[in-house]
Amino acid sequence: MRWLALGALLAVTATAPAWVWNPYHLHTLIMAGIFAVLALSLNLLLGYTGQLSLGHAGFFGIGAYATGLLTVKLEWSPWLGLAAATALPAAAGWVIGRLALKLRGAYFVLLTISFGGVTSLVSVNWMDLTNGPLGLPGVPPVEIALPGLPVVSLRSKGAYYYLVLVAVVAAYLLCLALIRSRIGRALIALRENETLAESVGINGTHYLVLAALISAGMAGFAGGLYAHYTRFVSPEVFLFGYTVTMLIMVVAGGKGTLAGPIVGAVIFTVLPEALRALTSWQWQMLVYGIVLIAVLFFMPRGIVPTLHERWRRT
Amino acid sequence: MTVVATLQVSELAVRFGGVTALGGVSFAVAPGTVTSLIGPNGAGKTTAFNVITGFQRPTAGHVSHEGVVITGWRPHRIAERGLVRTFQKTSVFPGLTVMENVLTGLHLRGRVGVGSALFRRRRVAEEERGLADEAGSVIDFVGLRGRREELASALSYGDQRMLELAVALAARPRLLLVDEPASGMAASEKVAVAGLIRKIRDGGVTVFLVEHDMRLVMGISDRVLVLNYGRLIADGSAAEVQRNPDVIRAYLGAGARVDA
Repeated sequence: MRWLALGALLAVTATAPAWVWNPYHLHTLIMAGIFAVLALSLNLLLGYTGQLSLGHAGFFGIGAYATGLLTVKLEWSPWLGLAAATALPAAAGWVIGRLALKLRGAYFVLLTISFGGVTSLVSVNWMDLTNGPLGLPGVPPVEIALPGLPVVSLRSKGAYYYLVLVAVVAAYLLCLALIRSRIGRALIALRENETLAESVGINGTHYLVLAALISAGMAGFAGGLYAHYTRFVSPEVFLFGYTVTMLIMVVAGGKGTLAGPIVGAVIFTVLPEALRALTSWQWQMLVYGIVLIAVLFFMPRGIVPTLHERWRRT
Repeated sequence: MTVVATLQVSELAVRFGGVTALGGVSFAVAPGTVTSLIGPNGAGKTTAFNVITGFQRPTAGHVSHEGVVITGWRPHRIAERGLVRTFQKTSVFPGLTVMENVLTGLHLRGRVGVGSALFRRRRVAEEERGLADEAGSVIDFVGLRGRREELASALSYGDQRMLELAVALAARPRLLLVDEPASGMAASEKVAVAGLIRKIRDGGVTVFLVEHDMRLVMGISDRVLVLNYGRLIADGSAAEVQRNPDVIRAYLGAGARVDA
């Protein structure tokens, strides 16, 4: 039963571009995938270590600008750009973690908020580097050039969908591998009882900084994917709204689970688009808010943990 | 001939503003013993534990473990040296199962880092199997066999305290500091705790105990230290300490008698 459901899910996701003929719907799915990587990244910190980052749009934006600038201005290969889009935000995550995670909790939240704000301001005001509010057009598409084979450009939505799908699966497997080891147990221990964790030899700062670094790297990679998808980077990528959206996806989907953020990302990317089609604009945000409140009211631990429990009981 | 003390505390002082929690205390814990630290509430026992295990910085003095000065080290480094504690207020990982609690206690026994977690899953699987075996034997040791899959928060108070000991033991201490293991326990449970502490010592782990229950302390201690108002007022065998007039006056009250 379980394998059947999993197989069906795989078949549906793997063949989506073949039967989702409306490019706008495909675009929504691609965005859901990018948000799934972001939600998984935020969940690694919030769901497993219990530390809330409100600066994740900062990592996302740095990733987008890193690959945007390197591929447009220095004409790097998009693959190298994506690598930089992971490495730079990861470095930023490491610095922020070193600075704030000795204090944790509210201090970490405050520092990440200011980080998000500062990166956003820099992107608008450092005209020479970022082109300011005008943004950075002409980001090249990702191309796959294997020796002996013709170059495949991932310019079309159908092709890019698969790149994003691979990224989601990779992000999921990355989190799964970490969680199912002593590293994951250390992270959870710090969330559950930090004093006790330290007393049995878990180096709190080390593991929290590690989680911040990996989480920031993942968010940056999602930013890189976004840049090569929209082919345009502007200060919009630093919007605080992105962080809030990620947070909604993680909390509503089920923080501290691996499927939760992905489910949350799909639902809360598709929902606004569905509402756009179903209702007039005045009602969109209102209904969105009501749905969100209903989910949190009836499933306070999130969709995935609640359904999982209900399914196990029957 | 001198034996290197497992734990040597020298002139240890902790002051909070004008309040003196510890006023220059010196003592040693000999290897292979059960040594107890007793004293009235507020005598500074838990403060001493906190300083020894790195959760609090002393105002003066130092702590050394097997000849190495560990004053001011962070708790996880002290745990790496083999000094592990339990807490006065019950302290487990409430949202995790008994098994997961003990596996977390085994953190230092594992070696897997990010690289192997991602790319050498066979090594992770091997390590996890080994750790699960070890966790199982620790759980059996404290008598929680059959409760492995229960949530820690769902255990009875007495079982939670046993789980706490299991988590600490999983970290493979050479010196185990136990803070009031029998507080709030029924008489029969106290007997079980005493038996367990003896078993731990007989397994080669030195035990340093803070406890209020005199019957328990006098029954299992090789040596007893008495604190009062942040000062050490007695140091000797259980029998010696019970006869010490200072102890009787300051701690047990004038004219008190303790059953041995």
